[in-house]
Amino acid sequence: MIRPLLLALALVAALLPVPAHAVRPDEMLADPGLEARAREVGRELRCLVCRNQSIDDSDADLAHDLRVLVRERIKAGDSNDQVVAYVRARYGDFVLLRPPLEIGTLLLWGGPLLILVLGGVALARFYRGKDENAAPPLSVEERRRLAAILGDGTRR
Amino acid sequence: MVNEIGHFALVLALCIAALQAVLPLVGAARNDAALMGWARPAALAQFLFVAIAFFALMHAYAVSDFSLANVAANSNSMKPLLYKLTGVWSNHEGSMLLWVFILALFGAAVALFSHNLPPQLRARVLAVQAMIGVGFLLFILLTSNPFLRLVPAPADGAGLNPILQDRGLAFHPPCLYLGYVGFSISFCFAIAALIEGRVDPAWARWVRPWTLAAWCALTTGIAMGSWWAYYTLGWGGWWFWDPVENASFMPWLVGTALLHSAVVVEKREARKTWTILLAIITFSLSLLGTFLVRSGVLTSVHAFASDPLRGVFILLLLSCYTGGALILFAWRAPQLAGGGLFAPISREGALVLNNLLLATAAATVLLGTLYPLLLDVVAHQKVSVGPPFYSMTFVPIMIPLLVAMAVGPMLPWKRGDLPAALGRLKFAFLATAAAALVTLAATGARSLGAACGLALAAWLLAATLTELAERLRLFAGPLPAVWRRALNLPRASWGMFFAHAGMAVVIAGITGSTAWTEEKIVSGRPGQAFEIAGYTIALDRVSEVAGPDYTASRADMRLLRDGRGIAEMHPEKRFYPVENGAATGVAIHTNLLSDVYAVIGDPDGTGGYVLRLYYNPLVPWIWLGAAAMALGGLISLTDRRHRIGAPARRARASATARVQAAE
Amino acid sequence: MNKRGWIFLIPAAVFALLAVGFYAGLGIDPNVLPSPLIDQPAPRFALPPLQGDAQGFSSADLTGHVSLVNTFASWCAPCRAEHPVLNALAQTKRVPIYGIDYKDKEDLALAWIAELGNPYTRIGADDGRVGIDWGVYGVPETFIVDRDGRIRYKHVGPLTQADIERTILPLVARLER
Repeated sequence: MIRPLLLALALVAALLPVPAHAVRPDEMLADPGLEARAREVGRELRCLVCRNQSIDDSDADLAHDLRVLVRERIKAGDSNDQVVAYVRARYGDFVLLRPPLEIGTLLLWGGPLLILVLGGVALARFYRGKDENAAPPLSVEERRRLAAILGDGTRR
Repeated sequence: MVNEIGHFALVLALCIAALQAVLPLVGAARNDAALMGWARPAALAQFLFVAIAFFALMHAYAVSDFSLANVAANSNSMKPLLYKLTGVWSNHEGSMLLWVFILALFGAAVALFSHNLPPQLRARVLAVQAMIGVGFLLFILLTSNPFLRLVPAPADGAGLNPILQDRGLAFHPPCLYLGYVGFSISFCFAIAALIEGRVDPAWARWVRPWTLAAWCALTTGIAMGSWWAYYTLGWGGWWFWDPVENASFMPWLVGTALLHSAVVVEKREARKTWTILLAIITFSLSLLGTFLVRSGVLTSVHAFASDPLRGVFILLLLSCYTGGALILFAWRAPQLAGGGLFAPISREGALVLNNLLLATAAATVLLGTLYPLLLDVVAHQKVSVGPPFYSMTFVPIMIPLLVAMAVGPMLPWKRGDLPAALGRLKFAFLATAAAALVTLAATGARSLGAACGLALAAWLLAATLTELAERLRLFAGPLPAVWRRALNLPRASWGMFFAHAGMAVVIAGITGSTAWTEEKIVSGRPGQAFEIAGYTIALDRVSEVAGPDYTASRADMRLLRDGRGIAEMHPEKRFYPVENGAATGVAIHTNLLSDVYAVIGDPDGTGGYVLRLYYNPLVPWIWLGAAAMALGGLISLTDRRHRIGAPARRARASATARVQAAE
Repeated sequence: MNKRGWIFLIPAAVFALLAVGFYAGLGIDPNVLPSPLIDQPAPRFALPPLQGDAQGFSSADLTGHVSLVNTFASWCAPCRAEHPVLNALAQTKRVPIYGIDYKDKEDLALAWIAELGNPYTRIGADDGRVGIDWGVYGVPETFIVDRDGRIRYKHVGPLTQADIERTILPLVARLER
């Protein structure tokens, strides 16, 4: 149930393409469609010897090697997911910039929604509690007294 | 000699801060005017001595005094003077000194501009500020002393990272720190209120200018950092969800929530405990950022060299200040009297929604930033949390916030009518639909995300304009009357207009830059020309040039459109021999609507060079929008209602009357 | 504290948990990554020899006995620091050490070996591709491979004598049983 939602969100994110920055002309594939796929995959893979950069953003040798590898696998016919899995099998979850959805990361992926819901619930209860503390409605006698006070012409 | 003076001044500042932390607090508890009177002169003296220390260090950099280990490690005699000076805060020790300098500066500012504060509140605020000062001065003197000597002094220094030698970078850390550290004043006000056990609308009014000033500075600092990354790092990226970037973004998100929440406290005396909590959290996030950058727990391109001892010390400081504040909060907050009631659909309700969404957004960024560390500690598993995570979680939270930002100002206080408010936004609905349709028509169905982004920006901008038009009764009277109303409009309203409008412009800029950027990566030779986005870029020549401390390959390019020359562009690839590092000098031509961006890379070995050419539409709007937001904050800051200051008695009476009239 | 009072403790409690986490985190090196290849069969490969050697290094060499596989390069400073430890281990002839010369220039690698000594039973010259299959992201890295050709342990960074005595040798002994 979560997966389709995540896929939908991923689609929204994927609709915004991002240029790649350390890719060299000699690495790029001739077919622009395949190259675009290589960029999509590159955006998901972390350069392990850099600080928080994707392999497309880094000038490091390892990043270059991985970019070449990604393009080779794509030319060989692997799907994007298969290429990512190929690299993940060798380097572990750390190489994925999009954390995998598993037991260990449930709190991460579910956290934002959970916080939003908890916050909303807390607010609702807080303000409902406040309503209970609100002044009780006036009785008929009190209303008459109030009208008398207000009706003497004094304006606030 | 100067260095010894600087060092000694730091020690003196520590002693004064220690006194300032204790005496005024005791005085406030006992209502002893003499003890409370210590606060202001102590704050001014603390600032004086920290300033002496700071300028002593700056002097050492300026004259390239390599007997100081800090100068030897981070500067070089060949550097231009500007980069010698900015080298002061390019490293851990110097930037900590800058941190403490700005902390003392804010303390002195509170001491000078707080005539209208009751003496007990002022005494407590300055005492808490001094406590923070004591902690960080101790940290500097014990673990990060910039005045340590190097014997014998080396002949020359190791130099400054080439990437940091940039005019824009000169102002980024000070601006950022003005923001981070400025929120310490809000924190101090919150603690003082908890100690006093009382939060009244006056408190909110006093807190607001300081929070606004810090928010302005942080907005500017973050925007500058982003802009600097854009034109320096050579690939047109401007935000990477790097932990240190997140560390500055989180206080901004919560600080924005604080600004809005304080309005509710001021106007309706409600949501006091939540506002206090926000003030505590904002500064705590600044402290957390300091911890993350300097302790080595997280990998980041920004991190200073890590040192576990320093990490432990900062963690201790963080536990003291944040932990102490939160414990005080748990103890005293329940006693703060509740406030006025309001219906869910009302301006207060909209501000509550604003806070909920901003807090969730900040919590999301915090979750993503800290998760790798916490998962490693708990389960010994290593994961990465990169931009894909944030795109999928942060963006969906911001979208409802941006939608609500348009409606909120339309709602009255206490109780509002949603259909009526939406009815007044007819123009905004039209603008949104128009923006979406035009975008789809012009760029095709694949730009669905971009159409949404621009539609959102149009919605917010149109709604903000509508609100302003209503206030000015733009279409309901003669122009001179409108003009007069515009001049008399409270500055806070103009501030809100610019801030919200600026946000809309930023959203448009973000959409354009992520959706429609074009790129061309080629191997180019002099004499060739390349087409990108309707422009032609002709590479004329690549020559070797020399700068004060670098050599570079410099390309001469001409930017043409339809055969007509528009500009010359000169990207460079520089090599700095002393630091053995390289840096890219990006060439950008902007017409404020889009950027053409050219980078020259390494030679490809056959006479050509790797060229990266980008067309970035709407990117300048990110910085322009951010500038508008900061401007809005600045305008709000100059609102007369904040300066209920000197002369105290006369101004206070008339100001109170004006405030009542405006409500 | 009344019924609603406990809610005010939540921020302090959350912070306390975070602070404990940070303290524990200070002791972790963020640059050492666990390998997903532990207990997996070693990748199949065949690396060419350095010039002058008869045979290169291939996955066939790893079956039948416990082995150490060490990645090194002439351009790697920590490799220099760990090399005497490897030499000493090779002298004991306790366990064969195989070398992967990672992304190196052949003449520089030969000169480096000649200068520092050769603890390796076989050396393979890798342009980086085989390294990727092993999950190598830096040098030096050392793997322990068991009799069936499965990777059982990975050490990131230079080996010290203490590492050899406390971790490597006991594990080798256990794998040989």
